[in-house]
Formats: sequence, structure tokens, C-alpha cells
Amino acid sequence: MAAKKIHAIYTDDDLLLQAVNQTRAAKYHISEIFTPFPVHGLDHALGLAPTRLAITSFLYGLCGLTVAVLMMNYMMIQDWPQNIGGKPSFTFYQNMPTFIPIMFELTVFFAGHLMVITFYMRSKLWPFRKAENPDPRTTDAHFLMEVDVDNHDVETLSEFLYDTGASEISLIENEQDH
Amino acid sequence: MSSHYEAPIREPLVLGEKSYQDISADVAAPVLGKANKSWWIVFTIALIAFLWGLGCIIYTVSTGIGVWGLNKTVGWAWDITNFVWWVGIGHAGTLISAVLLLFRQKWRMAVNRSAEAMTIFAVVQAGLFPIIHMGRPWLAYWVLPIPNQFGSLWVNFNSPLLWDVFAISTYLSISLVFWWTGLLPDFAMIRDKTKSPFQKKIYGILSFGWSGRVKDWQRFEEVSLVLAGLATPLVLSVHTIVSFDFATSVVPGWHSTIYPPYFVAGAIFSGFAMVQTLLIIMRKVSNLENYITIVHIEYMNKVILLTGGIVTVAYATEYFVMWYSGVPYEDYTYLSYGAATGPYWWAFWALIICNFVVPMTLWVKKLRRNIIWTFIVALVINIGMWFERFNIIVVNITKDRLTSSWTMFQPTFIDIGTFVGTIGFFFVLFLLYARTFPVIAQAEVKTILKSSGEKFKNLRAKHGNDVSHVRALDGGPVVEKPVASQNVVSDKAKVDSLLSTIGTFNPDVEEQDDLKLINGVGPVMEQKLHQIGIFTFDQVSRMTDREYDLLDEIVSEFPGRAKRDDWAGQALILKNNK
Repeated sequence: MAAKKIHAIYTDDDLLLQAVNQTRAAKYHISEIFTPFPVHGLDHALGLAPTRLAITSFLYGLCGLTVAVLMMNYMMIQDWPQNIGGKPSFTFYQNMPTFIPIMFELTVFFAGHLMVITFYMRSKLWPFRKAENPDPRTTDAHFLMEVDVDNHDVETLSEFLYDTGASEISLIENEQDH
Repeated sequence: MSSHYEAPIREPLVLGEKSYQDISADVAAPVLGKANKSWWIVFTIALIAFLWGLGCIIYTVSTGIGVWGLNKTVGWAWDITNFVWWVGIGHAGTLISAVLLLFRQKWRMAVNRSAEAMTIFAVVQAGLFPIIHMGRPWLAYWVLPIPNQFGSLWVNFNSPLLWDVFAISTYLSISLVFWWTGLLPDFAMIRDKTKSPFQKKIYGILSFGWSGRVKDWQRFEEVSLVLAGLATPLVLSVHTIVSFDFATSVVPGWHSTIYPPYFVAGAIFSGFAMVQTLLIIMRKVSNLENYITIVHIEYMNKVILLTGGIVTVAYATEYFVMWYSGVPYEDYTYLSYGAATGPYWWAFWALIICNFVVPMTLWVKKLRRNIIWTFIVALVINIGMWFERFNIIVVNITKDRLTSSWTMFQPTFIDIGTFVGTIGFFFVLFLLYARTFPVIAQAEVKTILKSSGEKFKNLRAKHGNDVSHVRALDGGPVVEKPVASQNVVSDKAKVDSLLSTIGTFNPDVEEQDDLKLINGVGPVMEQKLHQIGIFTFDQVSRMTDREYDLLDEIVSEFPGRAKRDDWAGQALILKNNK
């Protein structure tokens, strides 16, 4: 982790997007961006890999479906194959129409909840977790781009960021300081 | 940005000259401010109704279901009517946040938060009835397939009432996480905006440490989209399963394959009516008229009109099929002494008038865009949809196959008190929500500000959609003018000397002003001023000839402009009027 970083604050999302493109073209490394709302195309401009949460959700849904089928097959067909109102309880297949509502609900239940929990885990979101946005204004109307200084000259880098339209630029000496 | 293009025919969704800051400030205002007198009055009334209802529930559970007006023929009446009514109301919230998200309807953004809240509070009310209408509610946990000491005695998965348990609990819990995940950025906004340490602490916990990283946003949007994709079939399935309570029976009038889609349409119909009722009041009370505009109200009225039409077609279909079936019981239920001309004729005609005749007026554009009329229609629909469920449930079973079992139904005070209590509880929750939660998804509204905001639409109308207008909006790409920007940096000494007299801006204690309000300062100039370090009217108002000259030297593009327009004088007035 680079010790020195530059925080450049922008006041407009289009300006930020343009600045990200310029900064990346100039081969500076952007380590993080904090925005108050989802700026469409920003992840693309930054070259972030797409998220795989939708895939996990699909797999969780399959788990839910499996749980529902195994549960109802065991309880209704294997364990107590009772005659309830003349419904055929000889095989799972014969009585399946009445199992469909719960098969559907459990699929959705697992797919939704486990995906959300995965999201909270991956993005490290939970109660009592400290917020890490370096400037409180970034949840309101400001956009903060964090650029690694590395071996670049601080003066040139800040001048470059000035030119991209940053309204405030500050040098952060140490990760732990802010 | 070309992505901000929106057909000029579309009406703006955010009125007024709003900036991103304004949106946060307007949304946070009710949370950061204090409740007024009318809030306390309404809250007290709701609380009293809730407590009365609570008393009725305790009385019912401790004395027995016999305190209700049910009899041997009519085993379900107000309890299940209210249950279906509340579940139905809850459906609009998910429809707005999920279905409209899938259809990329931008207007949903100002209403989805409150609609979701309404969903959750309505489903909570609905969830009470399956418990309290039980004869032995303390054994309610037996509906769950838990391994037990009775040889592991399981539940019967053939019953729609068990499907209800799964449907309602899935619906409530999925709606809750969908709503909560959407709230994280807004809680974070309040956490970072509030000055009270207590609020900072609370909203810090509620916001789960949301920081707004670009990766978080990417995942956030994916999660929202997948949840919307899951919630849409969920909405359809939940009310379908509720309709199975009736449709899978053998009761004439209940046994009908039209029920699943017809109940869902009715749910959306009544749900939107409730959203209208609540939002028309809330936009006024919370000063959100610039966000929940007449356009939103009109769009919701159009959904009401559509779903009301579907419901009406369903009524007509039921009648046709009843006649076409040739089954005497069906025929009886609908035509003879059953609904229209029987002892409950008034409930039937109330349904027709409230759900068909009155909403038809919304075809008239003038009435559709009339807030008072919308409010009245919404109330009427709420009443009408209650009667629809009452008719379906009660009227159909009062006169079934055996004439010896024919009877009437009369509610008692406990029936009525319980219903009133749930209305009270609903409003208690909603009023508390309106004071403590960001009632508009501000992070979402900010994403449509540039495409659908009135200010930006006007700018586009004036300057066109291409590059030239982008510059007017965004301050333009500064790199295209290397000379000017070079100046800004190399003139550090001049900047320092300029700031030394007019003062520097401290973002921790001061708030920046919209310098564009000064006549002569455009977005580009504002950008330049920000680069120099000028953010407030206060700073501008201290400028004299010396500072004007310095400014001209630093920013060489607009020589003499500041002096000509008397920026200091203008800023002084703006500062004092703030």
C-alpha cells in the first residue's frame, strides 16, 4: 500500500468521469473513488471487473429449490405418506402441483437473502462498522478520487489533477492518518 | 454527456433549480429538523387507535374468537378481509421499486422509498391477522416444519394456508432487505450531514459503514437489479398464493381460475391508491413538492387506471363465466339473491361504484392531474377494494350449497376495533418513518438530476444536446485550455495574495454557496473560482478593485467581467438574503 496519496475532490460527476479517463490515460494509478451516488460508467472507466453477485444468486436459488424438494419429499412422501383429502401421496411427482408454491418461495428466499448477505460480506458492510469515506462531503455532493503518488513528482501530479478540474487537492501522507 | 439526453417531450421529474447539495438538504431536512404540531396531533390519534386495537386483540385472544361476529357458516369475515386488504396494499411498494426498476422508469425514484416503507408496514398489519384469527394462537409455531417430540409430526404442504406462511414471510423479509440495502447510502448521507452526536451514532450504525466506494456502488446496483428481478415474480406469487386460499376451495364463487391474476391486479390497484393517499400528504408536510411532482401523481393515476381496468374486466369475466358455466350454484351466487340483488346488495354496488365508476374519471387529464380529486379517488378505491374482499369472502359463503346453512354476518365492535387498530398501527409506523428515515432515495434521484431535472432540461432546450451544452453544464473540459489552467497553478503567489484579503474557505465549518447565482458567473467561471479557492458569497463580497485585477490576471479569459457586473455587490446581497 502506497504511503502517499493525493485526494482530488470534484464537484461534478461528468468532470470526475473525464478526470478518471485522463488520469488513467496518463498512467497514474487511481486507488479509490468515493461518490455520493452511482456514477454510471465509472466502474467501466476505472477498468473494474464486473461483479459476480448475480451468479452467486443463481446458485443460491438452486440451493433453495433443492432444500424445498428434499424437505417436502421427505415429510410428505417418505416419512408420513398420509391421505389428506385424497391427494395422491405415493410419489413426489404425483402430488407435485401443490408443492410448487413453496418450491418457488424457497428458491426466491435463498437467492435473495444469501446474495444480500454475500454483498454485505464482500463489501464489508455491517452494523457498527466504521465508515471509511475520507471526506464527509462525499456522501452529499462531492466526488473524491484517490491517486497513488508512488514515485511520481507530487508537484506535477497535483498540477495534472488541477488541470483535470479538481476543485480541491490534498496530499495524504499516511493511510492511517485520515 | 450524451447519456444525459432525454427526449424533450418528457416532463421534468425534479423541479426547481436543484443541485446535488439541494437534494440531500431537502431529503435530510425532516430528519434533522423537529416535528411540528400537526405531526404530534396525527401521531397521537394513530397511537390511540393502535392501543385500542391492541386492547381488542388481547381481549380476543384471551376470551376467544367468539367475541367476533363469526358464525358456523361464516368462518372468515373481517379478519381475512383485512388480511387480504393489507397484503394487497403492500404490493404497490414492491411494484414501484422492482417492476418499475426493471422497466427503467425514472419516476419511480422519488416514490419508491415511501412505497417500500408502506409495503413493509402494511405486510406487518397483514401478518397480524393469520395469528390472531387462530383459535389457539399460542400454538402458531406448529405451522413450521420443525423436528419435534411427536415422532416428528410435520405440517401438511397441501394447504394454501401453509403456502401463505411461506409466501408472506418470504415477501416481508425480502422486501425488508431490499429496502434496507437501498437505504444505506441515504443513511450515510444523514450520518455525514448531521451535527448531533446522537444522530451521528445512530445513523452510523444504521448505515453499516457505507462509504460509497466505486466497487460498492457497482455491487449495490447489481444487487438492486437482481433483487428487483426476484421481487417481481415474488409480488405476483404472493398475492397469487393468497388468492389460492379461495381459488382452491370448492365454494361456488371462490373456485375460480381467474383469481390469481385478478387478485394481483387488485392488489396493485389498491396499493397504488394507498401510495397516492400517503404521498399527497407527505409531499406537502415534508416540503417535497419539487420531487414528488404532479407528473408522479399522474403516472400513478395511469397505473391505477390500468389495473382498475383489469379488475373491471375480471368482474365482467366472472359474470360471463357464471352464466356460461350453467352451474346453478354459480349462477345463484352471482345473479339471484347472491351479490347484486341479495341482502348484501349495498356492498356489491359500493364495490362497483368505488372500483369501476369513480376511477373511470381519471381518464380525464384534468382530473388525473388534480391533486384533490386524486386524493378523493384514492380514498374511494381504498374503500372499494375493502368491499371487494368483503364481497368475495363473506357474500359467497353466506349462501352456499345447502339452504339450511344460509345465514347473515354481522361484525362486532371487536372486529371493527381490531381493524381500526391496524390502521392506527400502520400510521404510527409510517409517521415515525417519515420523521427518521430519508423518505426519498436521494442517491437515486441524484442520478437522474441531469437527465430529468428541470434546470438541466431548460439548459438543453436553450443550448441543444451536443458538446456546447455540456460545457455550459459541466464547466467544460479544462484541459482544452492549457494556457489558462497553467496560469492558475503557476500564479500561486497571486492566488495567495488574493485569498489573503478575501479569506480562505474552510470546508469543515462553512458551506459553499452556489456562485452561479451571481450574474456573470457561469459554470466555467465557477469552476475557476473553486480552483482558486473561492467558494462563498462572503469571499466574493470582500473583493475590491485590487482583487478584481488579481482575478483577471489569474483567469485571463474574462477580463474586466467581475468589475463590470459588480460581483462584490451582488454577492453581498446574496449573502444577506441567504
